[in-house]
Amino acid sequence: MSPAASTVEPRSVGDLLNATGSGNALELRGVTRMFGALAALTDVTLTVKPGERRGVLGSNGAGKTTLFNCVTGDFLPTSGTIRLFGEDVTRFPAHERIRRGLRRTYQISLLFGGLTVLDNVYLACRGVSRGRFSLVRPRRNDALMQSAFELIEAVHLSDVAETLVAELSYGQQRQLEIALALAGAPRFILFDEPAAGLSPTERADLVTILTSLPRHIGFIIIEHDMDVALRVAESVSMMHNGRIFKEGLPSEIENDPEVQELYLGGGHG
Amino acid sequence: MAAVDPTSVERGRRAARTGQASDVPTWLQGLPVSWWVVGVILLFMPVVANDFILFQIFGWGFILGMIALSLMFLGGYGGMVSLAQMSIAALAGYMIAILGSSGVQTISLNWPWWLAIPVAIFIAAAFATMIGALAVRTEGIYTIMITLAIAAAFFYFTRQNYTIFNGYTGFANVVPPDLFGINWRRSVPFYYLSLACAVIAYCVVVYVSRSPFGLALQGVRDNPRRMAALGFNVFAHRVFAYTFAGAIAAVAGILMAWQNAQISPGTAGLPAVIDILVIAVVGGMKRPIGPFIGALIYVVLRTFAPDILLTLGLSGDRFKLLIGLGFLAIVYWSPDGVLGLWERWRAHRAKAGDPLTGGGGAP
Repeated sequence: MSPAASTVEPRSVGDLLNATGSGNALELRGVTRMFGALAALTDVTLTVKPGERRGVLGSNGAGKTTLFNCVTGDFLPTSGTIRLFGEDVTRFPAHERIRRGLRRTYQISLLFGGLTVLDNVYLACRGVSRGRFSLVRPRRNDALMQSAFELIEAVHLSDVAETLVAELSYGQQRQLEIALALAGAPRFILFDEPAAGLSPTERADLVTILTSLPRHIGFIIIEHDMDVALRVAESVSMMHNGRIFKEGLPSEIENDPEVQELYLGGGHG
Repeated sequence: MAAVDPTSVERGRRAARTGQASDVPTWLQGLPVSWWVVGVILLFMPVVANDFILFQIFGWGFILGMIALSLMFLGGYGGMVSLAQMSIAALAGYMIAILGSSGVQTISLNWPWWLAIPVAIFIAAAFATMIGALAVRTEGIYTIMITLAIAAAFFYFTRQNYTIFNGYTGFANVVPPDLFGINWRRSVPFYYLSLACAVIAYCVVVYVSRSPFGLALQGVRDNPRRMAALGFNVFAHRVFAYTFAGAIAAVAGILMAWQNAQISPGTAGLPAVIDILVIAVVGGMKRPIGPFIGALIYVVLRTFAPDILLTLGLSGDRFKLLIGLGFLAIVYWSPDGVLGLWERWRAHRAKAGDPLTGGGGAP
C-alpha cells in the first residue's frame, strides 16, 4: 500500500535540508498559549527533524491538542515562534501553512458529512493545488481525481467512494480523516489520536498505514494507546500541565519512573 | 476491490428509470421525466397563456426567482443569508438606466447595449463583492443584520442622491434594445427572454455546485475550520460566493428594470428586500429550483389575493397578510420550504406503498 498519492513529486530529505536554513521540519520556541488566565501551553520548545516520527504523550488537558492547534494556525500562540521547514509561520493563517506541506487530522473527525467520500478526498487534493476557484467540473480522468482515487484505495475505502460520509461507520470516518491528511505532497503531518475508538484490527491497519508512509514524511502523533504510539514513534515527548517535561526514546519513556507515576500508572490502561 | 465504476451503474439506473435511448447524451439521460414535462410546458406556454400571465406572472416570477436563486446560492451552499441581493439587482437596474438610455437624458449616457449590459453586471458584481468582504467577517444573525443595514443604506442613498440616481423619481422609460427588430418588452418575447435567463442561471448554479469552487463553498459552509486545514482560504471563498451570486442578481436586475420600464428607490425598498428572503424560504433553500417555486407562489398570491380578499368582503390591501400567514405556516411546518414539504410527502407515499414496511397495517 502506498499512500504517496501526490501530484507533486515529493522532494527528497536532502532537498529539504538545502532549502531550509535550520534543517528542522518543525521548530517551536517558547510557545505559550493563554485562554484568559489559563495557560494551556507554557513555554513549549520542541524541535522535530525532517522525516522524524514523534509521539506526544500526556494526560487529558496536558495541552497536546492546543499544541497542534497552534502549529496548524487554528489559533495563534500568545507568545513564542513557530518555524516550519525553517520559515517563520507564527503569524501565517492556517491555509498558508497547509500549502507549505503541513497536514493534520482531528481528534473528533471533522469531515463533510453531506458530501461523498470521493468529494471529501477530492477537496483535500484541490486544497493544496491550484484551481481552488475553478468553476469547471472535474472529470474522472483528471490528474487530481486520479490521485483522489489512489488515496481512497490506500485507506481501503474504494467500495464506499460514492457514499455520503455521514453514512460511513466510525472506523471508516477515521480512515477518511487520515486520507485527507495524506492529500497532495505532505511533508509533515500532525495526527491527533488517530486510533481513538478503533477496533483492534483497525488499529493494526492504522499502524501499517503510519509505518509505511514514505520516509521523507515526518509526523507528530498524539496517542493514548501505548501500543500504537510506541510502535510508530521514534522519539517521545511527554506533556503535563501545558509543558513538555521529558523527551527521549520510547523505551526510555516507557521505563521512566516519573512518567509511569504521572501517566502510565494513572490507571488509564 | 471490485472495480465497479459507480457512474456507469448510476447512469444505467437513471436510463432505466427515464427510459431514454442510450444514444442520447449522458447529461440528457440524467433528466427525470418530470423535467421534460415542465420544459415542454414552459416552452409552449405562450400558446395557451394570455399576455398578462406571460408578462406579469411568469416574467416577474422568473426575475424574482433569479434574485432569490442568488440568495439560495449564498444561503444553501455557503450558509450565508444576505438581505442585500435585491439591492445588488437594483444597482444593476440603475446602471442599465444610467449607462444606457432612459427618460432622464441629463444623466443617461446612451451607451450601446453591448457595452452597457456587461458594465452594469460588472459594477453590480463589484458592489456584491464589497458587501461580501464586509459581511463574511460576521456570522449568522449578524450577517443578516449587516446586509439589511447595507440594503437600507442603499435605499436611502438612491432616494436622496439626485446627481447619479435621480432621487425619489428614479428613471423612467428604461427599455430593452430593439435587437433583431423585436420589441423585447412585448409579452411573448419578454417571456422567452426571462425564461432563457432563468434557465441559464439555474443550470449555471447546478453546474457550479459540483465544481471545485462549489464543492469548496459547501465545505466552507459545513466546516470552515477543516477547510482551512485543507489549504483553502475560507475568507476568499466566501467573498467570491458573493461575487458569483451578485452576477446572477445583476442579470435579474436588468430584466426587472426592463419589465417595469423604470427603476426607482422603491424597487429595492425594505419590503422588496425582505420579499426575496420570504420567496427563498417559502420555496426552499436546499435546491436551486426552490427559489423559482417560491417566486411563482409569491407572484400568484400577490396578483390574485386582492381579488379573492375582495370577494370575501375584506380589503384588497390585506394580501400581505396572506403572504405573511403562508410564510409563518411554511417556517413552522416545513423549514426547508415547499420543496421539503413535497419531498416528505413523496417519502411518505413511498413508505406507505412499500409492502415490507406495511402500508395501512400500523401496529
